[in-house]
Amino acid sequence: MVYKERLGKRKFDETREIEAKVGVIPNADGSAYFKIGNTWAYAAVYGPRNLHPKFLQDPSKGILRCNYNMMPFSSSGERVRPGGSRRSKEISLVTQKALLPVLDLEEYPNSVVDVFIELPQTEAGSRCAGICAASMALADAGLAMRDLVAAVSVGRVDDKLVVDLDYKEESYEDGPVADIPVAMMPNHDKITLLQMDGLISKEQLKKAIEMGKKVCKDIYEIQKKALKDKYKTNANK
Amino acid sequence: MYKDLREHIIKLFDSNTRLDGRKFTEYRKPLSLDVDVINTAEGSARVKIGKTDIIVGVKAEIMQPYPDMPDQGSIQVGAELLPLSNPDFELGPPGQEAIELARVVDRGIRESKCIDFKKLCVKEGEKAWVLVIDICTINDAGNLFDAAALAAMAALKTMRFPKYENDKIDYKEKTNKKLELECIPVSVTVNKIGDKFIVDPDSEEESVIDARLTVASLSDETLCAMQKGGDYPLTSEDIDKMVDIALEKAKELRKLVK
Repeated sequence: MVYKERLGKRKFDETREIEAKVGVIPNADGSAYFKIGNTWAYAAVYGPRNLHPKFLQDPSKGILRCNYNMMPFSSSGERVRPGGSRRSKEISLVTQKALLPVLDLEEYPNSVVDVFIELPQTEAGSRCAGICAASMALADAGLAMRDLVAAVSVGRVDDKLVVDLDYKEESYEDGPVADIPVAMMPNHDKITLLQMDGLISKEQLKKAIEMGKKVCKDIYEIQKKALKDKYKTNANK
Repeated sequence: MYKDLREHIIKLFDSNTRLDGRKFTEYRKPLSLDVDVINTAEGSARVKIGKTDIIVGVKAEIMQPYPDMPDQGSIQVGAELLPLSNPDFELGPPGQEAIELARVVDRGIRESKCIDFKKLCVKEGEKAWVLVIDICTINDAGNLFDAAALAAMAALKTMRFPKYENDKIDYKEKTNKKLELECIPVSVTVNKIGDKFIVDPDSEEESVIDARLTVASLSDETLCAMQKGGDYPLTSEDIDKMVDIALEKAKELRKLVK
């Protein structure tokens, strides 16, 4: 079998339509949403703020807590029971690891930075959308950062390498599929999240990651623009 | 803790105004309602009142009817006070606040009899639709009760059932079948601070209220559910006034649910 044309009519290295906005939750210290196709992630940052209970505090640096959550009606299948699952706990963890390298938490001893990611609507690629939104929200909160984090899933559908797999591609049945969420620091050319499900060769993996890097740079430009736009709109008021 | 703020608010009341310059019975702006905002839900709505921003989604499920009502489906309401929406909200199972919110919204809908639960029955004693209504807060800046009740009703009004065939729901395919509604209940919460009554408190006003009364009513002014909240008691004169205000303001909110 040959995967000639993408099911969603996109080019193989083309993402779904992206929309990003910063400053969308007035209560938060920093916030953003990131939409990619039908997947929609909100992120809010609270902090640096006091950390309780006190024994969790680290006098040498602040800590980063991330929580990824799907809203009950966000799945195209059955209702998602509120309260978190093993899946959402793992995604919260890898999200925290993906964001940590860009933060300079030594600036905030004994404090916590809380990142809450909520998904009102999902269709594949939700952890990457969450990371993109979270990184914009951290910048919006004015935290000391070395870079932004951009994320996208890359992978293989049959004989082709593709970026930003949608639901149909993830569940493609006429050939092998590999789904590889990648997050990176675009200015440092470093990878902060890498997971893989499926079958792929060493050579294909190398190529797929290169594709991911390229797309992450495009996403980075979108994130930067969204951050700048917030201040543009404020100036016009 | 809020003594100074309370004194300040009451002083403003004496000169007929509020913290943000509104009249006592004026809702904040924008006051907006959008429907079909979530394509993974069978029905959805987003309500913004000032800086308060919430999304409500409806998922349809098939369950076995309760043994005492074998020919009826039902509704179920849940509220998630997401920590993303307010620095004081914490992760974890719903607390008292969230449960009260969900139950008050639930009763406003249920007691109005706007849904004929018998029409949700698919096979007596075996299968019936349950409409699960979830309220999620994006930004809590006060008055979640009115926002949630409004969004829930709008989501139900615009929902479409998914395809159901051979004992299986196909969530990917929505049918044109809508939910039949006999009437539209609308909830208005009237708050008492000192000797004044206000609607649509923002977070600061909400932190110093003495009492509140949520009134759900129909277009003919029939009352269908109420809930008193707050730490201080009300007189029957208070209740008369609060119900009058609620009925008056309901007309305004009703126009949004077209």
